[in-house]
Amino acid sequence: MNQDKPISFTSRKAKDKTAYILVWIFSFLAMVPLFFILWDVVSKGYKNFNLRLFTEVTPSSVDALMARVNGDPIPGGILNGITGSLLIVGLAILLSIPLGLFIGIYLSDHKGKKFASTISYLTDLLQGMPSIVIGIIAYAWVVKPLGGYSALAGSVALAIMMLPMIVRSTEETMNMLPVAYKEAGLSLGSSYTNVVFKILLPSGFGGIFTGILLAISRVMGETAPLMLTALGASVVNWKVMEPTSAIPLLIWDFYNDPNLVDLIWSTSLLLLIVIFLLNWIAKIVARKWKV
Amino acid sequence: MKDKIFRFFLFVAALFVLVLSAAIVYALVSRSSEAFQEYGIWGFVSNAEWDPRSATEEYGALSFILGTLYTAFFALLLCVPFSLAVAMFNGVYFKGKKIAGVMRSVVDLLAGIPSIVYGLWGFYTVRPLVIDLGVNAQGFGVFLSSIVLAIMIIPYASSLSSEFLSMVPNNLKEGAYSLGATRLEVVQHISLPTAASGIVASFILALGRALGETMAVTMLIGNTNRIPTGLRDTGNTMASVIANQFGEADGLKLSALIAIGLLLFVITAIINLIAKLVMKKLSHA
Amino acid sequence: MESVKITNAQKAILQLKEVSVSYTPGKYAVKKVTTDIYPHTITAIMGPSGCGKSTLLRAINRMHDLYAHISTTGEIILKGKNVLEMDPMEVRRMAGMVFQQPNPFPTMSIYDNVLAGYTLNGIRLNRKEKDEIVEQSLQSVALWDEVKDVMSKRGSFLSGGQQQRLCIARTLALKPELLLMDEPTSALDPISTNKVEELLLELKQKFTIIIVTHNMSQAARISDNSMFMYLGELIEHGNTTQMFTKPQQKRTEEYLTGVFG
Repeated sequence: MNQDKPISFTSRKAKDKTAYILVWIFSFLAMVPLFFILWDVVSKGYKNFNLRLFTEVTPSSVDALMARVNGDPIPGGILNGITGSLLIVGLAILLSIPLGLFIGIYLSDHKGKKFASTISYLTDLLQGMPSIVIGIIAYAWVVKPLGGYSALAGSVALAIMMLPMIVRSTEETMNMLPVAYKEAGLSLGSSYTNVVFKILLPSGFGGIFTGILLAISRVMGETAPLMLTALGASVVNWKVMEPTSAIPLLIWDFYNDPNLVDLIWSTSLLLLIVIFLLNWIAKIVARKWKV
Repeated sequence: MKDKIFRFFLFVAALFVLVLSAAIVYALVSRSSEAFQEYGIWGFVSNAEWDPRSATEEYGALSFILGTLYTAFFALLLCVPFSLAVAMFNGVYFKGKKIAGVMRSVVDLLAGIPSIVYGLWGFYTVRPLVIDLGVNAQGFGVFLSSIVLAIMIIPYASSLSSEFLSMVPNNLKEGAYSLGATRLEVVQHISLPTAASGIVASFILALGRALGETMAVTMLIGNTNRIPTGLRDTGNTMASVIANQFGEADGLKLSALIAIGLLLFVITAIINLIAKLVMKKLSHA
Repeated sequence: MESVKITNAQKAILQLKEVSVSYTPGKYAVKKVTTDIYPHTITAIMGPSGCGKSTLLRAINRMHDLYAHISTTGEIILKGKNVLEMDPMEVRRMAGMVFQQPNPFPTMSIYDNVLAGYTLNGIRLNRKEKDEIVEQSLQSVALWDEVKDVMSKRGSFLSGGQQQRLCIARTLALKPELLLMDEPTSALDPISTNKVEELLLELKQKFTIIIVTHNMSQAARISDNSMFMYLGELIEHGNTTQMFTKPQQKRTEEYLTGVFG
C-alpha cells in the first residue's frame, strides 16, 4: 500500500545537494567581510605604520594641515593613545579581576541556590548592557561627582564591561574542575581558603586566564564609553584624574578631522593587531592549560 | 576563622553585583528624572520632536526608538540566512571537522573587530557601494547601518546556534537516517526543530547586541533627529544620539539623553530576559 | 567455517559475502564475514563487546555511510540486490533499524513519531491513510491500547519500554524487509524486555529480524539461528538450540560457558 507511493529519489537528492551548496555559499559570504576589512586596514594602514606612530603624540590639526599642504607625511603618532589605553585598561583590569574571581568562585560554590541564581542573572544582565549605557553610568558616578573627565572614569566603565566576562569564565572553569580536587584538599585537613588559592585557582588557571585575555581584547576597542568618560587628550597622561586618550578614541578623532585622516588606518591596524594577538594568546593558553 | 573571613569576602563580592545593578538603575533613574518630570514617561516616549534650540527646546525619544528598532530588526533579518548557514556549517555539516575549526576562527575574528573599525569600513568601503546601488545620494542611513550591523551580529547569532545544533543527540539523527531520510530532511525535521528554541534565543541575543551597538551606527546612520521614513532614509538610534550629542549637552538635554539611555537599558534587559526564558523552555523539553 | 545446519533453509533473504568494515585503514572491525540469513527467522548476533557485532549490523543498512572514515567492502545482497551499490536512502527503508537507546523524536507527538518515516521521506498522506498506518503499526507492537488516548503527547512522555516499542512501530510503519535491532532491550527493565521479546516472536511472522545482543539467554529464548563473532570474525553461525547444546567451535563453547566475554 503506502510504500508503493512514488517517492522521487532524484528530486530529494537534488534538494539535499542544493541545501548543501547553499550552506557553503552563505557561510563563505559570511566570511568575506573579514577579508575585506583586513585588506582595507592593512593596505591603507601599512604606509604610516612606523616607529613614529609609537614614539610621538598626535599632531595638532594645524600642523597636520601644513604637512598636507607641503606634501609631507603627517607629523606625529599616537603615543598618547597607546599610553592612555595602557593606563585605562590596566586600571580596569585591577578593578575587575579580584572582584570577578571572587564572584565567580562564589557562584560556582552556591550553584542552584536562590541568591546565587539572582546574582547570576544580574551578571547576564550586565553582560548584555550596551556599552554606551555603561558610559553614562561611569559619567554619572565618576565624571559628575569628581568634576571632570578622567582616566579613572574610563577605567570604571571598562571594568563594568569586563566584570561579567571574568565572572562567567571563572565560574565555568570552577564548575569544570573535578569535585575530587576540592574534597581531596579538604580531607587532608586543608582550610577552604587554602584549597581555593592553592588547588582550585592554580588548576583552573588556564580557563580563567583565557577569559581575562578575551575580556581585555573586548574592551581594548571600546570607544563609546570612553567618549563619555575619558574624553581624550593630545598629550601623554599618566594621571588617573586627568582626561586621557586611548587608541579607539584617537580613531574617532581622526575620523572627524579631515587633516588627520591619514593616521586613521595605521591606528586601526595597530588596534586590530593588539586585539587579534590577545585572542591568539588566549587560544594558545586555553589549549595548553586545558582543565 | 580564616575560612569564615574568606567566605564572607566571597559573599560580599557576590553582593556587590546586586549593589552594582541597583546603583546602575538608580544612577539612570535619578539622572533622567528631570526629563521625565518635564514630559512624563509616555510624553517623552511618544514624542518624535527633538529640538535642542534654546528658544523652542523640546525633547522626545520616539524618533530614536523607532530608528533603533528599524535598524536592528532589518539587520537581524539580513543576518539570518548567513548566521544559519554558518551555524549549520559548524554544527551539522562539518561538525568536528577541521574546516569547521577554520570557520569558527574566522567568526571569532569577526567578533573581535571593534565597532569603530566596522564603522570605518562601512564609511569608506560599503557606503560607496550603497551610493552606486542608488539607495540614496550620500549613502548614509538605515540601510547602510543595517548592512554593517548585520555583519557585526553574525558571529553572535551563529556561534550560539551552532552550539545548540551540535548538541542535538546523535542517536536522534541516526534514527532519522535509518528511516531513509536525506541529510537535508534530517536537518529540517530533526536537527532544526530540536535546537529551535536555542536558535531563537541566539537570534534574540543578537538582536540585543544590534539594539545597543553604538559606534558603527553613529558613523553610518546620518544622524538626523527624526523618524526614518524608510530604509533609504537617514535617522538616529538611541545609542547613536547619545554618542553624538552627549559631549555638548547639559541641563534638560543631558537629562533627556540619559533618559534615552535608561530606555535602551530597559529594552535590552527585556530582550535578554526573553532570550533567557526561551532557553529555559529548551532545558525543560 | 564448518557447515552447520541453519533453520528454515529456504531462499536466503540476505547474503553477506566477505563483508569487512574498517574504521582506520588496515584495521578491520569486521573481517570477511560470509553467511546467509533466511526470511521469517530471528537471528541473534552474539559475542564479547568490541567483537564487531554492532558494526556488522550497521553495515547492512549503510549507517557507516554517515561517517566518512568508515569503509565497508564485500557484498551485502538484500533480496537479490547489492546493498553497497544501492542508494543508501533506499536501503535504509528496506532494512529498518532499532537502536540500543530508545530514540523517539522529542519534537514530535507519539502520532507523528509513528509517521516520522513518511514525513522524513517527503511522502504526503491523507488523514485516513495516516490514521490507518498509525493504528496498524501501534497494534503490531501492542502499544495501541496503551497510547491511543494520548496520541498528541510527546514520545518522551512514555516509559522506556513503551518508547522502544514506539521506535519499533516507527520502523515497521515503513514496511521494511528486514528489521535490524542493536541491543534493543539493553536499556530496558526486565518486564519491558519481556514484552519486546514476545513482540519479536510475533513480528517474525511478517518480517525477518537480526538482533545484536550481549545477553545469551535472550538469544536462547528468542532466536532461531545464532551467530557468534569474535575479534571481527564470524566464528559460528547455526541453529540456536544446536549451538547452545553442541557448539562446533571451541571459541563458541568457551564463550557460552563463560570462559570469557
